[in-house]
Amino acid sequence: MSDIVLSTRGLTKHYGGVQALVDADFEIREGEHIAIVGDNGAGKSTFVRQITGVEVPTSGSIVFEGKEVSFQSPLDARRAGIETVFQNLALADDLDVPANIFLGREEVYFNLGPFSFLNEKKMLKMAQEGLTRTAVKIPNLHNTIGNMSGGQRQCVAISRTATFASKLIIMDEPTAALGVQETTQVENIIRTLKDQGVPLILISHNLRQVLNLVDRIVVFRRGRIAGTLDAKTTNGNEIVSMITGLDTGVHENASYI
Amino acid sequence: MSKRLLPADASIFLILIGVALTFELLGWLVMGQSFIFNTRRLPIIVLQVAVIGIIAIGVTQVIITGGIDLSSGSVAALSGMVAASFAQAAGGSSMYFAGLADLPTIVPLVVGIAVGCAAGWVNGAITAYTGVPPFIPTLGMMVSARGLAVLYNNGNPVIGLTDGFTALGAGATPIVIFAVVALLFHIVLTRTLYGRRTYAVGSNAEAARTSGINVKAHKVLVYTIAGGLAGLAGVVMTARATMAQPGMGLMYELDAISAAVIGGTSLFGGRGRVSGTVIGVLILGVITSGFTFLRIDFYYQEVAKGLIILAAVIADRYRQGVKFGMR
Repeated sequence: MSDIVLSTRGLTKHYGGVQALVDADFEIREGEHIAIVGDNGAGKSTFVRQITGVEVPTSGSIVFEGKEVSFQSPLDARRAGIETVFQNLALADDLDVPANIFLGREEVYFNLGPFSFLNEKKMLKMAQEGLTRTAVKIPNLHNTIGNMSGGQRQCVAISRTATFASKLIIMDEPTAALGVQETTQVENIIRTLKDQGVPLILISHNLRQVLNLVDRIVVFRRGRIAGTLDAKTTNGNEIVSMITGLDTGVHENASYI
Repeated sequence: MSKRLLPADASIFLILIGVALTFELLGWLVMGQSFIFNTRRLPIIVLQVAVIGIIAIGVTQVIITGGIDLSSGSVAALSGMVAASFAQAAGGSSMYFAGLADLPTIVPLVVGIAVGCAAGWVNGAITAYTGVPPFIPTLGMMVSARGLAVLYNNGNPVIGLTDGFTALGAGATPIVIFAVVALLFHIVLTRTLYGRRTYAVGSNAEAARTSGINVKAHKVLVYTIAGGLAGLAGVVMTARATMAQPGMGLMYELDAISAAVIGGTSLFGGRGRVSGTVIGVLILGVITSGFTFLRIDFYYQEVAKGLIILAAVIADRYRQGVKFGMR
């Protein structure tokens, strides 16, 4: 019981008359990597929005580190230790790497409110440590993010979560827009995080990626959790069947991996 | 933001040198005398640019956040008028406030800046909290502030100012004030949280918001500061002219914006430096002074300025073409 990092009971979200998420019971333990899969509109993003504080659930409970929580904003979730890598990366193109990593939580000395002086040395050092921890190689940290490749940008966004030693990392389609080499780069970072025992929730449409990287696969269908599969024992066909709700056999000869 | 922007300033600086040398050459060819090495001319150039320069430093910050401020000239005029009414010497014929004569200079100075800040605050609050593009509220402020400046003394100037106050505009004082403001805001923009947030909001306001920066509050602060600097410019302008006139500072906002853009501030937000703006202000000043020196008609001057601004904006668009995926 004590090693459950996050759990939800009966988590539900309605938007007006639309039941986007119904009765989600979910849990993730220390060191576990879980993938959330499902068709578009199945409720994956809705579920993530509830647990990261972007929205407030209609009903149900969220328990983080043994305490019931109610996040009123993404900042609440971040302060609690839940870091999210958004699909649009939330990076500022004209700023450099340390500036982006510390966006919104800059280190200062001489607290003068908005006119506090930035502790750039400390931020550079911590940024370097975070990048080393995720084995990301960026030749010049003072380069602006806008000048970097999609893969490098993604790596910076992920390192941002690692720099702040978060308790739970959530990644929403981290490799959706990346090429093969860059995808491998990101997947290696995820493996590094696994070695370090950081729990991770991964939303992905890429079933090969999911089967290679995670421990458990939670399948959403039509707003509900349709089931949970063990990544070691399941296969692509089984996952797809659960996603679409059709019996196995129809997809026997199809290749989804 | 990165150290690589130093070469960018170098190229603008070279343009400044180039423009100055061009006028120097033309000076010898057309007028038979030096343009630059004229001990009377150089101080005049820098004096003219001090007032625009102070405004431009405020406008630079607004543009970095992705906004614009069209009200600077009018706010400067209004601030000057109100400040002057607190700076009158005793025994004058047209006292604005019957009992308030010979006040210490700090009073009209603070009043002027405060009026500017109030106007800036209105600009910022409307922009940030209604989502209306800043063009609109600052355009409204441009018109309203000018109107208030006229109404303030029924269309009349405010005259008879104390020596202490006019000293703010005498000799090299405007240049010193400009230099101090420039240095101060160079440090603020490059080394403080305020500066970092300004660039962040301009570069990707949504990312800044998601990361926990209060974008709305920050925008209000930036516009307030820009207004305060316009107020300071109004005080300096008034001190130099030894009177406040409702029509002063006309179109100064355009010169200030031009100087910022020439100096490398991007109208798309996220980029710009105080050092670049200072050079931009000097370039505009040299051009203005050079045309006067060569006795070229004022309107040709305006055409030339317009073309230079156009070139600067197109160059900026080209630079940003990469940002918008037009490699």
